[in-house]
Amino acid sequence: MYSRTYKLLISVPAIFWVALFLLLPYALMFAHSFWSVSDGVIVHGWNLRNYATLFQNPVYLQVLGRTARIACSVTLLSIVLGYPLAYFLSFHAGPRKELLYQLVIVPLWVSYLVRGYAWKTILGSDGVLNGFLQYLHITSEPVSALLYSPFAVVLMLTHIYTPFVFLPIYASLEHIPRPLLEASQDLGASPRATFFRVILPLSLPGLLAGATFAFVLSLGDFLAPLLVGGNSSTMIANIVQSLFGAAYDWPLGAAISIFILVFTLAVLSFTQRLERRWSFE
Amino acid sequence: MTSAPSISPPAAPGESLLEVRAVSKRFGAREVLRALSLEIVSGEFLTLLGESGSGKTTLLRLIAGFEQPTAGEIWMQSERLDTLPPYKRRVNTVFQHYALFPHLNVSENVAYGLHAAGAQKTEIASRVKDALAMVRMEEYASTKPAKLSGGQQQRVALARALVNRPKLLLLDEPLSALDANLRKEMQSELKSLQREVGITFLFVTHDQEEAMALSDRIALLRNGALEQVASPREIYARPATAYTAQFIGQTNLLRATVNGGIAQCECFSFPCSLPDGPSLFSLRPEAIALDGGTEQSPNSIRFSATIHQQIYSGATELLELQTANGTTLRARISSGGPLSGSHDFVFPSTEAVPVHE
Repeated sequence: MYSRTYKLLISVPAIFWVALFLLLPYALMFAHSFWSVSDGVIVHGWNLRNYATLFQNPVYLQVLGRTARIACSVTLLSIVLGYPLAYFLSFHAGPRKELLYQLVIVPLWVSYLVRGYAWKTILGSDGVLNGFLQYLHITSEPVSALLYSPFAVVLMLTHIYTPFVFLPIYASLEHIPRPLLEASQDLGASPRATFFRVILPLSLPGLLAGATFAFVLSLGDFLAPLLVGGNSSTMIANIVQSLFGAAYDWPLGAAISIFILVFTLAVLSFTQRLERRWSFE
Repeated sequence: MTSAPSISPPAAPGESLLEVRAVSKRFGAREVLRALSLEIVSGEFLTLLGESGSGKTTLLRLIAGFEQPTAGEIWMQSERLDTLPPYKRRVNTVFQHYALFPHLNVSENVAYGLHAAGAQKTEIASRVKDALAMVRMEEYASTKPAKLSGGQQQRVALARALVNRPKLLLLDEPLSALDANLRKEMQSELKSLQREVGITFLFVTHDQEEAMALSDRIALLRNGALEQVASPREIYARPATAYTAQFIGQTNLLRATVNGGIAQCECFSFPCSLPDGPSLFSLRPEAIALDGGTEQSPNSIRFSATIHQQIYSGATELLELQTANGTTLRARISSGGPLSGSHDFVFPSTEAVPVHE
């Protein structure tokens, strides 16, 4: 096997990279979250005022709540779309399986921004959807609520993260040995019972991984509210962005970021533990 | 008492249980089964024997309901089976690689079928316990399958199928994944288990020794059609075809011309009761013995041959003989020391069994 020195030597670049570009920024951010701003200058005096502001100012709590709601909606919708899709592809797609799989993956190769702008053209006042609705005489004038609403954000994020939910679910379904399904039917279980007693339990780890992707990624998203959300659907990342930018309150921005980071880590460790309990290898 | 779904009375032993009627199965252009008919008798241990690709597993899957016949029907007593989905058939399967549910422990695996049938909790518990006791796996009741050895998984798979008291148990090469010693042990366990529970077994294997050891009857398949169905002793002693004779055990095939009750082959002639014309005979190696000169029965056929090779295998040894005109024959004799050169051999003419091509 490899010697200790060799192992140490090859891990140096990786450790260096993680330390410089991950740990150091986090440490800086963590430190900032206890500082404050006075007359446009960051004061290095340690205090908990930023965290107090976060929990006392109703605006931040409201945005945090909205962010969580949007992330939950996106997660649920992505599962509702992704699971049946993965199920169909894995069990019923037959020879078209490969092609359909590629079709699901292809959107991932398109820039996030392009997909965002696409929704703008679809949902806008003179967009494709409004034109279609008026053409069918379902509406008489453009529905402006389609764009610049939390609905539009959920729609766009669901579109973007459904493949992320689909992939791990599909992988876990593909991983189920097919004789198990025959064994279940052989033992008298109907297809429905087979789904609930064999397929679903065995795909839970994939479902959980996908849900975690969708939830965590939507939680930190700031482009969707920017592109299609408008003022009514500002998410927490937009607040952080403005605090680090125009508002120039790095300490408060850092405190919010740390809060989100801790929350995300808690979600991740929880789902990881669940995933471990639900895996059977 | 608790109410499992109503069970029609079991067929009396010896009664017909399952009838495969002219069943054909194609996968695309490939014809896997050709108008195959087979009757399974209640209580018997029937083995489907054949090379890989002979259609034996396909036939099993048709009976279980995982495949649909292209033509023909399958009946279980008075019920047409081939139109029912697998979960409505009173048939259970022991799969080749056991197919135990990895997320359920041993007793949950065994209880699966009873749950599906909607049995009462107390009944499930007692039947699962009995089934695990039957295969001596009680102490593993709460173990996950991944922690079990191959032989233990095999036993759980058996218990999981038998606990449902199927009319017919299908076993798809269940021993092929076990090592040789365990395999022999499981063979005898399987045989005594079958006698104990009295359930009809339909067993699939490509191993002719296994088929001989276990079965009441063997159905030999070849290219999707039945070659012969008979008891192990009969199929060995009276093979209907040259293929059967060669597949089950070893044999010498003798091509002969019959003329006036005498079959004349390249190296010798012997009496037979076939009409005149060309014929094929099977002569088992163990029918040929070294000629001690004492045998004077009119049935005894003598010939001399050179010993080409001697393969020792313990109690017996196999001799490869070459007759004067160059025909190669094999003889299995009791071991008795090294032999070489030319010797006289003898066999009873009744042992030369006429077979079809």
